Amino acid sequence: MTRRVVVVGAGPAGLGAAAGALRAGAAVTLLDAAENPGGQYHRMLPGAFAAADPGRLHHGWRGFERLRDHVLGHARCDWWPESAVWAVERPDRGVPHVHVLRGEADGAGRARHVLVPDALVLAPGAHDRVLPFPGWELPGVHTAGAAQALVKGERLVIGDSVLIAGTGPFLLPVAASLLDAGAAVHGVLEANTASTVARGWGRRPWELPAESGKAGELAGYLGLLARRRVPYRTGRAVVEARGDGRVEEAVTARLRPDWSVVPGTERTIAVDALCVTHGFSPRLELPVAAGCALRDGAFTEVDADQRTSVPGVHAAGEITGIAGAQAARTEGLLAGWIAGGGAPDAPEAVRTRRSRDRARAFAARLAAAHPIGAAWPGWLRPETVVCRCEETTYGALLSAGGDPSRNSAHAVRLGTRAGLGPCQGRICGPTVAELLPDAGGNPHHRPVAQPIRLGELAQPPVENPIENTDRKESAR
Amino acid sequence: MTRVVVLGAGIVGAACARELTAAGCAVTVVERARPAAATTAHGEGNILVSDKEPGPELELARLSLRLWPRLLEALPDPEAVEWEAKGGIVVATTPEGAAALRAFAAGQRAAGITAAELDAAAFADAEPHAVKDVAAAVHYPEDAQVQPAAAATALLGAAVRAGAVLRTGCEVTGAVTRKGRITGVRTTGGTVGADAVVNAAGPWSGEVAARLGVRLDVRPRRGEVLVTAPLPPTVFHKVYDADYVGAVGSGEAGLQASAVVESTRAGTVLIGSTRRRAGFNDRIRPGVLSVLAARALRLFPSLAGVPVMRAYGGFRPYVADHLPVIGPDPELAGLWHATGHEGAGIGLSAGTAAVLRDLMLGREPEIDAAPFRVDRPAVRPEGRAA
Amino acid sequence: MRLVDDDPAGRRDVPLRITVDGEPVAGITGQTIAGVLLASGHRAWRTGPSGAPRGVFCGIGVCFDCLVTVNGVRDVRACARRAHEGDTVTTQSRAQGDLR
Repeated sequence: MTRRVVVVGAGPAGLGAAAGALRAGAAVTLLDAAENPGGQYHRMLPGAFAAADPGRLHHGWRGFERLRDHVLGHARCDWWPESAVWAVERPDRGVPHVHVLRGEADGAGRARHVLVPDALVLAPGAHDRVLPFPGWELPGVHTAGAAQALVKGERLVIGDSVLIAGTGPFLLPVAASLLDAGAAVHGVLEANTASTVARGWGRRPWELPAESGKAGELAGYLGLLARRRVPYRTGRAVVEARGDGRVEEAVTARLRPDWSVVPGTERTIAVDALCVTHGFSPRLELPVAAGCALRDGAFTEVDADQRTSVPGVHAAGEITGIAGAQAARTEGLLAGWIAGGGAPDAPEAVRTRRSRDRARAFAARLAAAHPIGAAWPGWLRPETVVCRCEETTYGALLSAGGDPSRNSAHAVRLGTRAGLGPCQGRICGPTVAELLPDAGGNPHHRPVAQPIRLGELAQPPVENPIENTDRKESAR
Repeated sequence: MTRVVVLGAGIVGAACARELTAAGCAVTVVERARPAAATTAHGEGNILVSDKEPGPELELARLSLRLWPRLLEALPDPEAVEWEAKGGIVVATTPEGAAALRAFAAGQRAAGITAAELDAAAFADAEPHAVKDVAAAVHYPEDAQVQPAAAATALLGAAVRAGAVLRTGCEVTGAVTRKGRITGVRTTGGTVGADAVVNAAGPWSGEVAARLGVRLDVRPRRGEVLVTAPLPPTVFHKVYDADYVGAVGSGEAGLQASAVVESTRAGTVLIGSTRRRAGFNDRIRPGVLSVLAARALRLFPSLAGVPVMRAYGGFRPYVADHLPVIGPDPELAGLWHATGHEGAGIGLSAGTAAVLRDLMLGREPEIDAAPFRVDRPAVRPEGRAA
Repeated sequence: MRLVDDDPAGRRDVPLRITVDGEPVAGITGQTIAGVLLASGHRAWRTGPSGAPRGVFCGIGVCFDCLVTVNGVRDVRACARRAHEGDTVTTQSRAQGDLR
């Protein structure tokens, strides 16, 4: 019997996992909510654009195209685009079942399917983490990921007069994309001080040559900024956005290494768009629903072969630690290989593990260079919105958290509505948990992982429509 | 001053702590996790008379309805509790259901409950987005709703301001007894001395009783609720199908689902609720959610396009005869129980706390408390060891 | 807010039209509804509970700020839904007294 592996997410990790499982001889069902594979890193242009040279917008496009064409064209791979996983169900025994809605994003009357795999690989990726600041809810304030998705995915430039701020290496490719698209970028502000960044980068320099590709990519971005006379400033952050109905100016300030604001260093600059990121939040609702243990409450715990704590469930990519596309792809290859029944000591597994570990070590260096400083709440005011959906303020959260008879995650959520709006705490959840460390609760608990319309939910699902791959192969 | 330890900081523990503190007791609330974090936070905040047949539970519900406004009045921020006297409408969609509903309502009217039958036009006027062809609809204007975690934490806060001590993250592990009397509880945070102990641990009160060395047959029953995305006002009352009454009154272990549809102040619509016995298994079952959605759409077909953004499940304290357990433990002097409210604990907490206080202080309760006694067979089955 | 001119990616634009609250808006085939709105100069189209304006924040379907009603179906993430010729888009609000 051919093993059936379901892979959730078709970004670098998911494509890698599909390739690994196919190589191990398994039949693969590869799902993604988007129409195209690639995830956020290799976000493809829509087919309707008929772009002659899409690779111009990407690093490593040729490798991506090869992997994509190999996986999607494989006889044992069933590719399910526009497929949203809305629930993961844990049966009394066996591998979790995957509940899927197939059809246009947020459509009505999408078909419900249930997949019952022999092994499951979760590779749902991550999204920008943005710390709140006064005015961050104004139109024109975007995550850096939004700017990147719009320019890479539909050639839309987020503004003509842009400031990019936050922390992390991701600030750089976003700046490069916007410059390439013709925007005026006023500057790139890295909140960490030069010494924090240098200390992180400078550690274990012997690891650098192994990942010279990624280091070279980042150096290339810095070179582009210099050529275009775009300042890259460290130790400086956007601490407020102002404007009447939309962002018109950004207030920046110098930060100490712990991200406390140095008084008197505030400056105001006129912008029509502000792009902010403070790192990435892994999308943990699916591993949590599958029952997977978390590491430090922040990432999916995996062993050396990408197995989670739940038998038959494997994890790859950003949900196991923010480490970038290169690490994600190798984690995926390994997770897929093992999920597909491949031997852990096979030479390709050994090689993949080694290259994964190099990529992770490089990522650890980046993470050390770009931490979130503990004093960031200093730029919040009592009236600052923390939960964007419900407009819960910092003051309301502090007053709930300061009262012992109210200080429980459930009571705070129900009492302030923080995290109970349409995004279900995807944006504010980690922030609220950080601001109220004693309230408990798991900000990633979302058993309904994607919205499902009542009419869709009321319909019975199609049971396990995984292709009979033996038939598919013999039909070729 | 009498030292009382209340076990559990859910709605019932909070109400008891407040009532006993006000009566002059020195109260310590011992909570395994955090306030209002379990059953209380996973319900809809029902304060209902409509689902109760004439009898002791209805009397407790009516006492509670009388007490709630006074409790709210005494709070510094009553708005936070989100009390809404929105009224309930029970709907039957079949002729048999209609006959049963009318008979049920007639009995309630005889017991003094306001239960007015709505004709089709009046129902359509009250709930313009609901299904039009209903067999019968009965309006219960006394039904109300609160935000349950806010209600519990407000009562707990009132107790703490009046001198009660709250110890969270502190789990009871055993009893300290002397000459057949409980004189304290052992907890993960040390021993707490007491003249009296109140077991208000909801679905876990059977387990707590066992740790204290006594038998109490209270079991968890699982319930799930769907939450839609925020909507413009669509549902104006607590609207439920008449089968809800049957589900509450039934002891079947299998899944029971009947639709209870209502909106919250935030604009979301809550769709409850299932009842099934599954131990303390907290896994969400998509098939169960599907049944719930289908039942809700029978009442509100126009909600078919509305997204569900969340589902939550909780455990309710279930007793085989469907009556709360309020009173002294028959074996261990000084131990009291206030539990077993199943899905009605939010509403019944006010009356429960008042009855318990009166029993503990040797006063005559406002209603007959004998039906809630602990030594009845449903709570103390013969021959079942602790 | 505009499309890249003279695109080095070599894009070919096929025009389409949608309506937004009854007004015709021009876009190109392949854009998301958010893309059509942004490229046509709309920065914000939804309001939060206080009535404050909202548009695209995360751009990848996570924040739900950009919700619109499409052809009568509410709560569609504009950043995730491709626009189709003739789509009828209506804006949504969570503001008290302006409940759409």
